[in-house]
Amino acid sequence: MSETAPIIARGLTKRFNSFVAVDHVSFEVKRGEILGFIGPNGAGKSTIIRILCGLLRPSEGQVFVTGVDVALKPEAARQKIGYMSQKFSLYGDLTVMENLHFFGGIYRVPSAKRAERIRYAIDMAGLTGREDALVSSLAGGWKQRLALGCAILHNPPILFLDEPTSGVDPISRRRFWDLIHDLAKDGVTILVTTHYMDEAEYCDRIVLINQGRIVASGSPTELKHTPLGGALYLVECDGVGRALHVLGGTKGVRDVAAFGDALHVLVEESFGGEAAIRTVLAANNIAVTRLSPIEPGLEDVFVSLVTRGAAAVS
Amino acid sequence: MNVVRLGAIARKELLQVWRDPRSLMIALLLPVVQMLMLGYGVSLDIKHVPLCTLDREGSQQSLALLKAFESTQYFDVVKILANDRELTAAIDGGTCRIAIVIPPDFSQRLNDSGTSSIQAIVDATDDNTASVAAGYAQAVVASFSQQVQLYASSVQGRPAVITPIAIQSRVWFNEDLESKNFIIPGLAAMILALVGAQLTSLTVSREWERGTMELLISTPVTPMEVMLGKLLPYFGIGLIDAGICIALAVFWFQVPFRGAFLTLFATTALFLVVVLGIGYLISVSIRSQLGASQIALLLTMLPTTLLSGYAFPIDQMPAPIQALTYLVHARYYVTILKGVFLKGLDLVQLAAPILALMLYAAVIAFFAARAFKKTLD
Repeated sequence: MSETAPIIARGLTKRFNSFVAVDHVSFEVKRGEILGFIGPNGAGKSTIIRILCGLLRPSEGQVFVTGVDVALKPEAARQKIGYMSQKFSLYGDLTVMENLHFFGGIYRVPSAKRAERIRYAIDMAGLTGREDALVSSLAGGWKQRLALGCAILHNPPILFLDEPTSGVDPISRRRFWDLIHDLAKDGVTILVTTHYMDEAEYCDRIVLINQGRIVASGSPTELKHTPLGGALYLVECDGVGRALHVLGGTKGVRDVAAFGDALHVLVEESFGGEAAIRTVLAANNIAVTRLSPIEPGLEDVFVSLVTRGAAAVS
Repeated sequence: MNVVRLGAIARKELLQVWRDPRSLMIALLLPVVQMLMLGYGVSLDIKHVPLCTLDREGSQQSLALLKAFESTQYFDVVKILANDRELTAAIDGGTCRIAIVIPPDFSQRLNDSGTSSIQAIVDATDDNTASVAAGYAQAVVASFSQQVQLYASSVQGRPAVITPIAIQSRVWFNEDLESKNFIIPGLAAMILALVGAQLTSLTVSREWERGTMELLISTPVTPMEVMLGKLLPYFGIGLIDAGICIALAVFWFQVPFRGAFLTLFATTALFLVVVLGIGYLISVSIRSQLGASQIALLLTMLPTTLLSGYAFPIDQMPAPIQALTYLVHARYYVTILKGVFLKGLDLVQLAAPILALMLYAAVIAFFAARAFKKTLD
């Protein structure tokens, strides 16, 4: 049997009428690996996860979860997976304990083990002492960890997490990723989506995805060293919007992207570096407060690859 | 099908109803309120029609006639009028629905020629009440005339006039001819149809609306477990509601109950299967709670009120409408309830409506079991 990897997608395509949400995507996830799908909203990340969970049928291609073809035998696959959907989807009008008991029942966690698993989930989520609180009254971080607890109650070998950290404070996010790493160490295979570039660092391997297509994949370190075909500079100046427009229209500038209040500018080696950028901005009466060469981050790589991809298509 | 998963769903559903004040009100308060409100409100008996009198003579005989109007429970004498102007005002202002006017020569003509007449003025804005009231008035006058005749005969020593043929009617099943006995058992059917469909119409749409459905269908739970698990608590609630309605009918409204409790239980359970199945089908088809509840209201309220025969007799409807009533589930249960309550019929005697309900249940179950798909497509 060749389907050894716990998660496999081959030529996966999903169309909604004429809109192509996922376009011939293929990937594999190894046992105990954390694979991160990174891309903007609407890139097709959630659609891929929903297909892997058997919630949507692929238009083309195949997906295998623990060797089971999900389109053919969705129920067999479902017992093997834990799923955290993008929108919080536990029962707000039930207590912490009632939600855990519900999912314990739904996944048929044997009653002998159920109490122990529920205890574990409560400890993990840090909800000790709040067992009888209504879930709707919990803060975001707790809700999110409880959702994870419900998803792993039945010890699934595979975990699908769709934007699990959106709308959660940074400390809770950090703590959540620690939990994910513990699970991966125990051999759980994890596929997670996010649009936070900084969270990519927590993954073993990442897949950059845009408009339903895989743009690049590799370990965070590998991807950060993707040659961008130029030198990258950080520019802080007055009138960021105008600077973005001016630089974008300058020959020899490959990419300009806004990062908060600053710009990341990628220029060709022949452009002339710092001095040339200063000249262009000065010519347009834009005062520069800071200009320095920087190491590319994942987001720069992503922006560059997406622009290059768009250029290749047109 | 797995009992553990089914149990988990049923338990969760019950907790949700218990914590949702709106559902709880529909489940437990609505049947009582409707039963009491409609039980008192929809009586079709016309009694205590407000009546005014204008006696232009004031003789012993005219007073005796008006006394006859006072002593019947069909009329309430609300005002004694003094003149024509007051008479017009009383009818126009709605003080009375009927006015009896006795002419100034009433007793004189009666004594001279043996016949006399009085005038009844009837407010016919509600034609049904008007014609019934006029009929009552005629009956009161007829009985008074008979007494006058009898008296005259005995005074003059003539034999009394005899009526050659008289009907001696005996009324069966609803001996007092009280419309409440006819309506209230059927009322229970209407309330169950309404409450059952209302509650279940929310059960699936709630999960879509709150976003809990996506997680639920990612689990190994089967559509059959979802359906049965969700309906089980409502089946229990439905039986409690039926109990409330029937207890109110028997102990509060004093409707005679002549049948067997088990017959009632079995047929009620069958009717609940149909009602809950319809609500569930609506809930699966419409993903917003408000929409589902509105559709459920529309599909149950109107047909069960107008076409179930609970208050408006089906055999008096035009033929095409009569044909339509065969599609209304409550029609069969109304027949069953009236049969059990008033006639004391058993399961065998009620075979026809029971079979119809069974067929109905089978069709609904067939569609309901297939309606819920575990996919977002």
